[in-house]
Amino acid sequence: MTRTAALLLALLASLAALPAFAGPYGLSVAILILYFAYAGQAWNVMMGFAGQLSLGHALYVGVAGYVAGGLFFHYEVPPIVGLPAAVIACTLFGLVIGFLAFRFRISGVYFALLTIAFAEFTRIGFDHLAWTGGPGGMFLKVAQRNTWDLANFRGPPAMYYYAILAMCSLAFVACFFLLRSKAGFYWQAIRENEDAAQALGINVFRWKMAAVAASSAMTSFAGVFFAFYYNNLFPEQIFNISRSIEIILAPVIGGVGTLFGPILGAVVLTGLSEGITESLAALGWEIPGVKQVFYGLVLLGVVMFLPNGIWPFLSRKFKL
Amino acid sequence: MPAELVANVVVAGVLTGLVYGLMALGLSVIFGVVRVVNFAHGEMMTVAMYAATVLFAALKLDPFLAILPAAAAFFVFGYVLQAAVVNPFITRPEHSQFMLLVAIAIILVNGLLMIFGPDAKNVQVDYQLDSIEIGKLLVDKPRAYAAGAAVLTALALFAFFRFSLIGKAIRACADNHLGALVVGLNVKHLYALTFGLGSLCVAVAGCAMVVLVDVTPPLGPYYTLLAFVIVIVGGLGSMAGALLGGVLIGVSEALAGLFIEPSAKSMFSFGLLILVLLFRPQGLLGKRA
Repeated sequence: MTRTAALLLALLASLAALPAFAGPYGLSVAILILYFAYAGQAWNVMMGFAGQLSLGHALYVGVAGYVAGGLFFHYEVPPIVGLPAAVIACTLFGLVIGFLAFRFRISGVYFALLTIAFAEFTRIGFDHLAWTGGPGGMFLKVAQRNTWDLANFRGPPAMYYYAILAMCSLAFVACFFLLRSKAGFYWQAIRENEDAAQALGINVFRWKMAAVAASSAMTSFAGVFFAFYYNNLFPEQIFNISRSIEIILAPVIGGVGTLFGPILGAVVLTGLSEGITESLAALGWEIPGVKQVFYGLVLLGVVMFLPNGIWPFLSRKFKL
Repeated sequence: MPAELVANVVVAGVLTGLVYGLMALGLSVIFGVVRVVNFAHGEMMTVAMYAATVLFAALKLDPFLAILPAAAAFFVFGYVLQAAVVNPFITRPEHSQFMLLVAIAIILVNGLLMIFGPDAKNVQVDYQLDSIEIGKLLVDKPRAYAAGAAVLTALALFAFFRFSLIGKAIRACADNHLGALVVGLNVKHLYALTFGLGSLCVAVAGCAMVVLVDVTPPLGPYYTLLAFVIVIVGGLGSMAGALLGGVLIGVSEALAGLFIEPSAKSMFSFGLLILVLLFRPQGLLGKRA
């Protein structure tokens, strides 16, 4: 345990020092890694802790991005006000989906497909709303700034880096304590055996709702970050099922239900993806699709040979 | 709006829907027996469509004749995929199965992108624009053939599961996995056969579909979602339900193209999916678990 804590502190210190020596490219890759680590951690609360498989988490990223981005775009509301609005909107979305699904006792594959259906339904809906700009997209005003303006979430790349690093660290700490709280134990009981949990007197419906609410609220921060980091929003892209899959990849590869899984998975997958891009460029094989085929093959290998993810394997090996 | 136009659109929707139904039937059969959701289903469908365009370009082989080699190849592919890759996953959690098939889907769809590029491919058969006149109805010839191929394949599959000994054995595995093992059925082999048959449906549907629409790699994920919608609406695991769901979606898509914005047509499909999941999760023709 102390070894893990020491490793963690060393990791955090080196991550905090990273912008001092990483170039713009390195920083953008680091931001991407932390973004996926954060979103994966949020998804992990619902699936890894409470056992509810959501394949539609792009819904929460998209809704949060559009709420905060749209308030800024249309009424010049700064993201510091837009963020709570986005969190509330996402939590409501999550609660409605959760309420319908758990009231009607939808579980397993059916629950997963229901989450896909809601994300797709919202994607097409947003494509036909005038307020979102439809398929033409919504572009947030960009201003080159070298000073940190946190209220408007505008600043140099290092600001975005420290913001997502802070989000990741806080999410990690929050999940650490959540897992050891009453809620965490109830969730794990539900994950392992829902009927047994019910028989022990756990209000299964209420705690599953809590898991969806916590997960969707956490994911909404990622959505607001996404909107103000990339500054453009297209329903076709942000709600796409491949975005939902991207969010799931890191925790599944790293280890579902573990605290380090999403982080490790994000490092491995983003590193792999960038590494393949670089080496293909060096080889001159820049045919569209080659990168994704390699990516798919590695994914296949990990899923087949490390079914519980990389982290449980490593932690057993090195007794962390 | 003239009634003939609406009737023509509905007939076209029913015929296309039968092809959708056959594609979804493959997904339904695989889930009904192996209990694995094939998230690479639409991607396999596009592979079949590309195969038909290649056979047509190279050998001038009519897509409806290309069904035979394509079906044989897909049967073998499905058998091997299940026996070698998917089989260890049937006892693993759902998210693990999902990831496995997503990885396969990524490889298939990007493999197609690598080989064929992003541009649309199609086949031009000489009866492409012919139509059959039935009273006031005008039915496209290729669409009628495609629906015919879909219905024949579905009927053959129904008969196989109903009357043949292997078909009955597969149904026994689906009904009671442990019981099937106890009476000495080779469950692994039967699961692989089922995956092969599901893939065969996809091959036939793909060859039939390629005379109706142009094929591009992104069609893969779209068909996967479409197949989900159809089987859930019809009832996951129900064979007749898949065909009924296909027809429902085919008609609703065709009518949505006529009455509201074509781009909003799948919103209707997903709305229907949500309603069915909530109020009749076993699907329209499914049995309650």
